[in-house]
This record gives sequence, C-alpha cells and structure tokens, in this order.
Amino acid sequence: MKELLEKLKQKDQRALAKLITYVENNTENNFVDDLWTNDSFVIGITGSPGAGKSSLVNALISEIRATEKTVGVIAVDPTSPFTGGAFLGDRIRMKKHFLDKGVFIRSMGSGNSLGGLNESIFDVIKLMDAFGFDYILIETVGAGQSEIDIVNVSDLVTLVLSPGAGDEIQLLKAGIMEIGDIYVINKADLDGTASLKIQLEHILSLSNSKKTIVETIATSGKGIKQLLENINDLLNKFKENGELNTRKKQRQKRHAETIVIRKVKEIISKIEPEERVSTLVEKTLNKLCGII
Amino acid sequence: MEKKIRVLIAKPGLDGHDRGAKVVAKALRDAGMEVIYTGLRQTPEQIIQSAIQEDVDVIGLSILSGAHMSICKKILKLMEENDFNVPVFVGGIIPANDAVELKKMGIKEVFGPGTPLNTIVKKIQNFFTEVKN
Repeated sequence: MKELLEKLKQKDQRALAKLITYVENNTENNFVDDLWTNDSFVIGITGSPGAGKSSLVNALISEIRATEKTVGVIAVDPTSPFTGGAFLGDRIRMKKHFLDKGVFIRSMGSGNSLGGLNESIFDVIKLMDAFGFDYILIETVGAGQSEIDIVNVSDLVTLVLSPGAGDEIQLLKAGIMEIGDIYVINKADLDGTASLKIQLEHILSLSNSKKTIVETIATSGKGIKQLLENINDLLNKFKENGELNTRKKQRQKRHAETIVIRKVKEIISKIEPEERVSTLVEKTLNKLCGII
Repeated sequence: MEKKIRVLIAKPGLDGHDRGAKVVAKALRDAGMEVIYTGLRQTPEQIIQSAIQEDVDVIGLSILSGAHMSICKKILKLMEENDFNVPVFVGGIIPANDAVELKKMGIKEVFGPGTPLNTIVKKIQNFFTEVKN
C-alpha cells in the first residue's frame, strides 16, 4: 500500500487504478483523508438516459485538454439489483482519449445506493484529486427523477437535457430538474430545441437564482467551448463568494453521513426482528453507542 | 464486501460485428461481474491502457477478422511491457490450429462459436480464483 501511495504521488496511473479498486472494496479509508489537496474542480454531469452525457463528457475532455489541463473521469453506470453485475459502457464514447496521458477514465457501478452513486465515489474523488487532476468529471447513471446525490458530491452540476424528452410539466417537477447549476440542451440540432429552451427559460425564471442555459451538439463539438467557459466562470464565482468551500464541506458531511447510515444498516440487519419498531430503534441506538 | 470480478471486453481490429461480444458481456453481467465494454475497432494500445485504468481482472477479446495471431501477440507483448498480468481469453472465428498456437503463446482460453455461455462464465470465475491465490 505504501508503495502504491508513493507511486500515486509520482503520477503513476496504475497506482491510481489499483488504489481506486482498493477503496471500492474497502469502504472506510482514513488514509485517503490525509492525501487530498482539495484543488481539483469536481463537475457532475447528470441527466436522463440517452441525453448524450457520455458524448458531452467526451467533447468536454477535448476542450479541457486544449487548454493543457488534465482530467479524471468517473463514469457511473447502473449495478444490477438482482445479480450485482454491471455493464459499464460509457468509455465507448470517449475512445479518442484512451491514449492521452492527461486523461484517466474509470468506470464504476452505481452499487446499491438509491441516489444513483456508489459510496466509494467520495474516496475515488479524493484519490483523483491527490493524483493532481485539474478537473474531475463525474458522469452519473442515466438519472431518474429523484437520483440527485450528485448534488452532494460535486462543486458544480451540469444537467443535460435533450429535445423530445417530455413536456413542461416534467420540467416543473421537483428533484432532478432543480439540481442544475448550468443547464445544457444537447442534441440542439433536433426539432424541438427552440421550444424546450423557451419552456426551460420560463421555468427557471420562476425561481430567484439565475441559471445559464447552453445549447450543444456534443457529437460535432458545437457549443462545447461556450459550455466550458460557463463552467469556469461559475466556478470562479463560486470560489469568490465562498460557495465552493461550502460545497466541499457539504461533500465531507455527506461522506460521513453515508458511513454512519451504512453502520446503522449493518446493526439493524444483525438484530433479531422485534414486534415493536420502537424496541428495534432503541436496541440499534444502544448498539451504535457501543461501537463508538 | 466481496470483490467483484472486473472484465474488459474489447473488439480489436477492423471487423465491425460485436454481437458476440455483447452476448458474452451480458452473460458475464448476469453472473454478477462488472463488465467494461470498450466498443469497436480498438488498437492493442488502447485496450491495454483501458485495462490498466480500469484495473480489470480479466481481458476478453472478440476477433472475427482473421488477424487474431498478430493482435494477440501485440496485446501479450504490451502487457509484458507494462508489467500488467491478467488472464486473456479470446472469442470469435479462430481455426483449431491457431487456437493451439494462441494458447502456447499465453492466451488462457479460446472460445469458438457455439461455446455455451455457462462454460465461459465458469472459466472466468476459475481464472479469477487462480489470480486470487
């Protein structure tokens, strides 16, 4: 392990890969806490299945690399709740970056969590940060309406939409539609782009905060430059007004929370079922206090 | 938490048919493995780089183009150069004589058309146990 950490500092991608595997299989890792520098920008890319998230990430990598900055990508795809297996196919869209030394792509199963992210993602972010990537892009699973955990993990969330996915009522619903810091209408060459934009502008105008909408065609690269500019501008703004710091702290809290919740679950699973829920709760709390 | 077997399924070379690769990928997924699929027309360098970043336990290559000898040779060589040592299995249209050669070269197993999916799953699980020990 020591050897791997030493190699990580020397920017050895294999060491990074092995350490990621390690934290995926051992969910509590205090050593990672001491490693990270908190210098990387963590950007969440979320949106419904088929909105073009992987292609957008691919285009963003190119744009970021054009500025000589380095990128770590975490591409999350769903884990089967039935078999525990996963088909991780997001790399396919990022082929042209496979041999670029400034890019590291890692696929990850979503695990059993409800919010769409694997618990180990917190430590994986820290490892990538310790490695020294300028940007860490997290592509979520094709998100459902309530898969919003990405908010608690990223410095900035990009919500990707595409024309023809639903009506104004969908845009008004709580959950996923609320979490964007920047909204992207991808596949902007398709019919329905203009009306989606008008609807989105209308909905966003109902809230107090002003949000940017960017139109992109990820497959051709159109609009990507503007998207990265918007991302960087907003990150700078967040840096100045303290929002970035707040979000990073929020991430730490959320990480701690997931560990505690997992421990509670473990304890409950070991206690004999009771007639009364209140007894079960009491027993669990007693045991929890016991292990602290 | 028990470690899941991570498998890279790749299509090296120029042929554009990946139905078989997808069928195998699905079978491995259903057996509880994490399957990383890299898509069509990959160079050996791209495959090895992906395998390293994804830290996979097994590599599966699907080759129908007839270029299996040279591709496998290159892949094994790159693995050696990168000190990356995991079992590699090959599926596709491979003549029996070539299959013998490939195994001599260091390929763990060659699966021809019609191999029961169950056999492939079992073999990979065994490879993994070998790696672990």
